[in-house]
Amino acid sequence: MTDDETAPAADTQPISLDLLVILRHPPHGSSWLREGVDVALVAAAFGQAVGLLFQGDGVFALVEGQGAGPLGQKGTHAQLAMLEMYDIERLWVSASALRARGLTLADLALPALALEADEIDHLVHAQPRTLLF
Amino acid sequence: MTTMARTITVEGLEIGLDPEGYLVSLADWTPAVAEALASEEGRELSAAHWEVLTLLRDFYQRYEAAPAMRPLVKVVRQALGEEKGSSIYLMRLFPESPAKVGARLAGLPKPTNCL
Repeated sequence: MTDDETAPAADTQPISLDLLVILRHPPHGSSWLREGVDVALVAAAFGQAVGLLFQGDGVFALVEGQGAGPLGQKGTHAQLAMLEMYDIERLWVSASALRARGLTLADLALPALALEADEIDHLVHAQPRTLLF
Repeated sequence: MTTMARTITVEGLEIGLDPEGYLVSLADWTPAVAEALASEEGRELSAAHWEVLTLLRDFYQRYEAAPAMRPLVKVVRQALGEEKGSSIYLMRLFPESPAKVGARLAGLPKPTNCL
């Protein structure tokens, strides 16, 4: 991992990671989100440079103020808060997915960079490996 | 649910352990349990061990998961400084696997992202 002082994601030229994980499912109702984040954490634990892209209902995972819910299961908010401890600092979010759900970057609990469709296209094409959850 | 493989008696209480020696019920943990688990393996817990175990418990409190090695090194470096925030230092304290041994003694589940 590099220890860049500047926000790494702010570059217009998409950087190449070891792994990009795309998350498209909301935090509740299935284990898609948790499984996807787990894969990212495992890869990062082995020193891989990992980035996350939130698309579709996956953007709800980033919304501030979520809890574990009445069933007492672990929520995904704590898991996402842990990303920085695994040096996963590159978070992107689909701008159109945010707009469609009436959200803005200010609603998100973690710092992410919003990408338009063509930027997402560039990002995904620059990656050697992408996993879709 | 975790299955109980055996128990260890600490201060008159039967503490359930899973097949890998982690606590079945995390609520069973006390410092005396940590001491008992350590002495069972021939380890002695010094103040240096305890400051790491405390960080592990804080980590779990905050993130609901036990850290793998990499984040463990990071959290120790942040809290205790560069010298202690290294895998060599942690390997000396908890030989074999600091993330797994530390989690077990701290009364946490096995680190999920630590293969």
